[in-house]
Amino acid sequence: MKLNLEKIKDYSVLFIQEERIDAHNSGELKDSILHLIEQGEVNIIVQLESVRFIDSSGLGALLSGYKNAAAKSGKLALACCRPQVLSMFELTRLNRVFEIYTDLNEAFENEA
Amino acid sequence: MCNSVLQVDVIIPTQTKYLDLIGSIGEQIAKQLDDFSGDREALAYHLNLVLTEATSNAIKHATHDPKDTVRITLHIQDNELNIKVYDHGQGFDLEAVPCPDLDQPKECGMGLFFIRTLMDTVTYTKQKDGNVLEIIKYL
Repeated sequence: MKLNLEKIKDYSVLFIQEERIDAHNSGELKDSILHLIEQGEVNIIVQLESVRFIDSSGLGALLSGYKNAAAKSGKLALACCRPQVLSMFELTRLNRVFEIYTDLNEAFENEA
Repeated sequence: MCNSVLQVDVIIPTQTKYLDLIGSIGEQIAKQLDDFSGDREALAYHLNLVLTEATSNAIKHATHDPKDTVRITLHIQDNELNIKVYDHGQGFDLEAVPCPDLDQPKECGMGLFFIRTLMDTVTYTKQKDGNVLEIIKYL
């Protein structure tokens, strides 16, 4: 899975450079987020602008990250969801779990 | 009305790298349906998702034989889309799979929820040499 990590304003921003998150690459995403958290990077924003498809395993990988970050008093938030990707969070009510921001600026303003 | 007949029959190795291919077939079919008056983009995503979830599930429950395969068929006729996903695994009891508790979300168990929620009927039956998940969506 192609991921870029940038440290911006005390947040680890994970840019997902894939159009699709499914059972083929979601394990790698889950492991990457877990690795970040184990390194002490517990405040994470996952930038999903490139992602046009996510399945249940992708949602599960993000939920795993959310729970692991929360367990270490951190937070995993999402930014730049495309409408159809956002609809998957709404269908599963995970939009009540994650903070989902329109863009990174909104994320930084609200998470600060 | 969708009066034309469309049939697609695909056999893939039990490898998740083929999920994109299977999902894309559903997406492309939705985009090219004749006379579909609903939300075409939503249908395209939903067919991509349902095919991805069903195939992923079949791969997960497949035998450990590297030569094992999953067969996927799509048939559209008279406004009915019929999807069948055949596996050679041990199978499972579809009726025994609970709906997920959306107030206590877990990392697993959303795949069948998507299929049940987005499609009209779902059945899983044992056959002579495997199992078939049959999904129907009225267009």
